This record gives sequence, C-alpha cells and structure tokens, in this order.
Amino acid sequence: MFEIGLNHYLVLSALVFSLGVLCMATKRNAIGILIGVELVLNSANINLVAFSKYSAGAADGHIFAVFVILLAAAEAAIAIAIFMNFYSALRTIDVDRGDELRN
Amino acid sequence: MDAVAFYIFAAVVLASAVGVVVSKNIVRTAVCLLGTLGGVACLYFLLDANLLAAIQLIVYAGGTLILIVFGVMLTSQSPWVGFKPTRGQAVVATIVALLLAVGIITLTTTADWRPSAEGPLAASPKVADVGNSLLTTYLAPFEVASVLLLVVMIGAAYLARTEK
Amino acid sequence: MSQITLPWVARSPEKLASYRRSAIVRLIGLGLLHVALAFAGFLWLEPFNEAKLADWKIVPVLVLCVGAGLAGLTLIAGGLAVATYERIGRILKWGYNAFAVFLGGVLAVCLIVWLHAFVFELVKTSPSGGTNTIPVLGIPYSLSVHDLYKAMESTSPGIPFDKNVRLTIPPLAYLLWPLQFGLVRDLVAMGGIIGFVSIIPAFGIWWERKVAGRIQSRMGPMRTGGWHGWAQSAADGIKLVFKEDFIPSGGDTLLFKLAVYIVFIPPLLAFIALPFAGAWVFRDLDVALLFILAMLGIEVLGVILAGWASNNKWSVYGAMREACQMVSYEIPMGMSLLIPVMMAGSLQLTAITDAQGGGFWNWFVFANPWCFIAFFIYYAASLASCKRAPFDLPESESELVAGFLTEYSGMRWSLFFFGEYVAMFVVSGLAVILFLGGWKSPIPEEWVENAVVQMGAAENMIGTIIRGLFKEGPILFILKAAFLYYVQMWIRWTLPRIRIDQVLYACVQVLLPLTMIVLLANTLWILGVEHLKLGWLVTVDTGIRWVLVAIGVLTAMGMIGIAMYGYKNNRRLVGSQAANQLPGS
Repeated sequence: MFEIGLNHYLVLSALVFSLGVLCMATKRNAIGILIGVELVLNSANINLVAFSKYSAGAADGHIFAVFVILLAAAEAAIAIAIFMNFYSALRTIDVDRGDELRN
Repeated sequence: MDAVAFYIFAAVVLASAVGVVVSKNIVRTAVCLLGTLGGVACLYFLLDANLLAAIQLIVYAGGTLILIVFGVMLTSQSPWVGFKPTRGQAVVATIVALLLAVGIITLTTTADWRPSAEGPLAASPKVADVGNSLLTTYLAPFEVASVLLLVVMIGAAYLARTEK
Repeated sequence: MSQITLPWVARSPEKLASYRRSAIVRLIGLGLLHVALAFAGFLWLEPFNEAKLADWKIVPVLVLCVGAGLAGLTLIAGGLAVATYERIGRILKWGYNAFAVFLGGVLAVCLIVWLHAFVFELVKTSPSGGTNTIPVLGIPYSLSVHDLYKAMESTSPGIPFDKNVRLTIPPLAYLLWPLQFGLVRDLVAMGGIIGFVSIIPAFGIWWERKVAGRIQSRMGPMRTGGWHGWAQSAADGIKLVFKEDFIPSGGDTLLFKLAVYIVFIPPLLAFIALPFAGAWVFRDLDVALLFILAMLGIEVLGVILAGWASNNKWSVYGAMREACQMVSYEIPMGMSLLIPVMMAGSLQLTAITDAQGGGFWNWFVFANPWCFIAFFIYYAASLASCKRAPFDLPESESELVAGFLTEYSGMRWSLFFFGEYVAMFVVSGLAVILFLGGWKSPIPEEWVENAVVQMGAAENMIGTIIRGLFKEGPILFILKAAFLYYVQMWIRWTLPRIRIDQVLYACVQVLLPLTMIVLLANTLWILGVEHLKLGWLVTVDTGIRWVLVAIGVLTAMGMIGIAMYGYKNNRRLVGSQAANQLPGS
C-alpha cells in the first residue's frame, strides 16, 4: 500500500480511461467529446511513462508520450476548426444533430 | 513520502476527471480538465519524467486547453447551454464504463509484465537521453510528426477561415 | 489626541501612573528573568567547548537560549518603551524616520539573502551519507554541530573587519544545523520565497507610480508614509481589502472566483524553478526553463475564464484579445528562448548561467548577432505575455472599460495585479538568466581583487563591501532583474498602446519569421564556429562579439549619463514650482 509500484499507476490509468470513455459517451456537446478524448489520451500517457520507469528504464516510453501529446494538440486544433464550421452551418455543436449534414 | 504524494496527485486526477464527466457547463468541464492535466503532470514529476511534465504543462495546459476554451467561447450561444443526455444513455454509458474499468484493472494487474514490476530497473532517462533518441532512433517518426503538424496548421487555418 | 478619551482607560492621572509603573516593573523584571534563563542555558550547555558540543542539545538550545533570549530582549524593550514613550513619540515625529526604516529594511533583506545563500551553499557542498543519527528519532544526518562550528570558525564565513578582528558567531552553528534536513530547508526556502514574492508587487507598484510620475513631470505618490510616499502600496492594499466584493449576478460565480487564483498562483509556482544564484534555488529542475514557460502560459486560462465568467461583453472582448495575443506571442517567446539553450546545451537555468561567467563580454546577449536579436525578441514577447503596454489590450481602459477586469473589485482585483507584477519579475529574471549572465558578476573576480589590493583595502571593511558588491550571488541577480523590470515600466509610460491588428501583425508577420531566421542562423553559426571551426567565421564571430560588447557598454554609459543629467537638472525637468510645493521636496 505504501510502496508505489507499476500496478498503482495502471489502476489509476484504467480509471481515467473509463472516465474518459464515459465522458465521450454522455456529452452531446462536441467539445465535451473532445475533452473526453483528451482524458483517454492522458490515461495512455500515464501507462507509457509508468512502464518506462518500472520496466524498461529507457527513454522509449517518454518519446511515445511526447508523440501522443503532440497528436492530441494537432487533433484538438483540427477538431475545433471542424466544430466551428459545424457551428456556422447549424448554429449548435450538438453532435446528435450532425446527421443533418447529409442534406 | 512518494506514496503520500502519489495518493494526493491520483486523488486530484480522479476527482477532476469525475468533475469533467459530471459537470453540465462546458466551461467548467474545461476547468476540471485543467485539474486532470496538472495532476498528471505532477505524476510525471513523480515518475522522474521532468521533460514530459513540462511538455504536458506547456502543450496541454497552455495550448490545447486554451484552444478548447476558445472553441467553447466561439461556439456557444450562452454560457448555460446544456446538452443533457437522456437518462437511458447515461445509465448504459455508466454501466459500460464500469465494466471497462473492472476489465482493464483485472487484466493489467494480473498480467505478468515480464521485466519485473517490483521497481525501477535502471536510472530514469534524463532530458538529454530523450533528446538524443528523438534525433537518432526516432528520427523518422519525429520528422513525420513535424510534417503532420505543418499539415494540421494549414488544414486548421483552411477549415477555420471565414467564407468570403 | 488630547480630546479623545478611550472608554476603557481610567481617567485619573494617579491610576494611569500606577498602571504604567506596574507595567514597567513587570515587563523589565520578566525580561531580565528570561535573559538570565538564556544565559544559564548557555552556561549549562557549554556550547563552545568542542568536546561537549553534542547534537542532542540543539532543541534545548533553541528553546532555552534563543527563545528565552529573544523573549527577554523583547520584554525589556517593551518595558523601556512604556517608560520612555514620550521620548519615543518625539523621535517618531522626525522627518527621515521612514527613510531610515526603508534603508534598514533594504539592508536587512540584503543580509538575509546573503545568509541564506551561504547556508544553501554550505548545505549543497556538505558531504552526504549520514553517519550520525539523532538519538530519539533515529534520523540520519551528515553534519554535526561541531563540524559546522569548526567550519565557521576556521574558514571564510567570519566577516573580517580588520586584519586581526573577525566577527565569528559560533552559536550560529546551532541555528544552521537544522538546515541540513531537506524538509527544514524547503520550509525555510518557501518562507523566503513567499516573503520575497509579497515584497515584489508592493514595491513594484510604488516604484511604477513614481516612475510614471517622473516620466510625466509629476512627483508620484508623496504623502503616504512620509518619505516619497513609500507606504502607498500598503495604503492601497488596506483600501482594497475594505472595498465591496462585487460578483456579477448573470455570470458563473464559481469560475469568477476561481479565475483569480488561476491567474495568480502560476507566477508564484514559477519561483519553484527560478534560481536566484547557483545554490539559491528551490528545486534545480533540469527542465526549469520549460517549467517557467508553462507557468506563464497557464496564466492565460485564468484571464480567459475571468472574462467569460464576468458575463460582460467588455470582459469577453478583453479575454478574447488576451487569448489570441498570448497564444501567438508564446511562439516567438519560446523560440527565442531556444537560442541561449542551444548556446549552453542545457535546459537547466543554473547550467545556462554557469556558461556565461567571467565578465560581461561572455553574456549570451553579446555572444553573436543572433543572440543579440533574440534578446530583444524575447523582451518584446515577454511584455506581451505580461499584458504590459504597449500590449495591454486585454485591459485597455480607453476602449474596453477595463477589459477582463471590468467586473472585478477589491481584493480579487488586486490579486490580478499581484500576479501581473510577480510575472513581470519572473520574465525579467528569465531574461537576466538566459541573456545577461544571471547572478554572475559583470567583472571578473581577479579584477575586483586587484582593485581592492591596489586601493589598500584588502583586509578591511571597505574591501569586504567591494568584494561583496561584485561577488556573484542573489543580490546581483535581483539588481539586474530590477533593471529590466524598470525598463518594462519605462516602456509602458512612454509608448502608446497598439491596436489588436497591429499586435497580431507584429507577431505573425514580423517576430515569427524573424525568430525562425534567427534560430536557423544561430544553429548554422554554432555549427561553423564551434564544430567545424571555420577560420574566417571564427574571426568574424570574435569581431562581431566585440562590436556588440561596445554597443552594450555605450548603451549602459549613455543611460547612466542621461540619468545623471536628469538628476542634476531635476528641478528644471520636473518644474521648480511643482517640486518646491510638494511635501517631501
């Protein structure tokens, strides 16, 4: 309990992952879904860094985490741009109304 | 000492992640995300990943999060617009998330992670190590990522431009 | 005063006199008792006897001797104050008391900083691997009181007044001993940082108002406190605390309250990694530069939230301006900071400073033309990141009422400014560390030593003071940072605010391409000079370095000359009438 090991980080990461999935499933605001994705990516990063420290000890995990952060930033930029188009077309960013794009 | 710090930061991360899920107002959701990101950065400090912690704070908290708040401000008619899910959706989502959590936790904690899960094996990498392997072993992904960022920059500018 | 009667004080003079007498007797009696107790404690512990300087005595010494001694002196001082209150009142009416207090405060701060730096140096260089343990608690440690006592007695820490007279304070060993434990050291350092950070805005706001006044041919605050209105910030603070705490009803109350803290805590956290001198840093992070940049970046979120939660269109405009200004200026700022990082090959601020030692011509700002340009890019971008004029669009009074601050009042409003002034110091300090040699002395130590010997002051107090002034350390760092802080005020009160489209034009079309060119050119330059060692390029590099050094020296001399001219002709510049009519003139 007082000796922090790999499992502690894995459990924390699993919980954050599930909360991220829950966030993606329950929010209908497109930006809320984006925030859920950020949670999921963060949980993955916790895992990568924890494995890097508790198993390999090399920089590999850190580098993967850097790439994940980079991709998250890129993804957020594109997503916000898409949401702004979505908003200018429909005056809302409720994803349940995204099917109206078909018309 | 490390254990106490871990539990404090883990509690911050989990509490703000729960806040992200339950808060109705999207700006508050973003503020809760700041708590999660900060807590995760502190965990990186605990894991001797100083560079990653600093990158997390700069890119995530200082960049992505501001972008998100910016997006919220540009795309909502009033601060109190709520998009509530129906009760059924919420229940199903919660059950699925719970199952997911239980499943992942049982899988990861019972799995046999080969290189000894007892403690750190080698000295953790310093900033210079990360930089060196980024420019030697991982040079190709690094270049691809930079091209990707360029594409994203142009693409986002193209998508977000005002129609004349 | 004579008209005011306090209801709880008996009005008969005999009773008052007897109250005073008994107060004096009790205070001085108790004080003498405490002093005697402290003295007895010292005698009992025999702290100066080498063999008996045992470590378990530290807690008793601190409680018995230091505590009792301080309490005794305080009580005696109180008794004397009651006995001679009329004379004290007369002394307090003297005009230059405030000035004396001010100077004394400055001296005390200098002394404390020096002492801290010494302690941290000692703790950092002390051998690790505890061989001793505290008897009851079983905590291992490496330095015993005896070692400290020996170190203080034999080596430099004694302050030489003359060839034969040295001021050594062996009991100090007892006070220094607890500092070798990380937790105690952290608590002491935290106290120091919090104290310093509280002084910055109080002093900075007063200073800014004085600078603004002088630039506009006024005197600035003159009345509060006496000497040049030095207590103005304290008075402002008291006023702000008592103001109405207004929260707009239509907004998001929780975020409205939270935004203040998101603005004001990150600049404080930056001090975790900001070194004041080699050993004088809370945590010597290997990514200190990125950490401080991150802290400066988070502040933006607080401003955006403040604007959003105020539910006021001026606030939202201010917040939007802040967001686009900050997010765009972070790029040239971060990229120009990469240049000193490339020169030093490290993200650690202490390592970057160590690469610039031995004279001002080694400072990175003079290292090559690209660094010279990068310094100015960084300085401009840091003005934008602190929302200082000419980039103070988020709060521009003439267009947006007060921008994101419109709905804030009282203490919350002042916390925003607290954060802003602390951030100003952080960016100035960062500029000093990265480009201006940090805490390194502008002159090599041998020169100072030679000059001292030439003056015949090698062994006395004057020599000590001169050496102290040019010794690398926190004082030099603070002075350099204060100069850049002053330049920020200077710019604010002389340049007009630019429009938002000009702000973005300056960033995206001027600073950003410029930083990219500088970054690339600096990379190639380093490659040519340091790795390929191209003969002609090395010659050009040396030549340009001396030209840049000459520019720097001329600028400094010009500024000193202008300041001296202004000082000499201040009556004419301020307007003799105004200067003569004001209090304190």
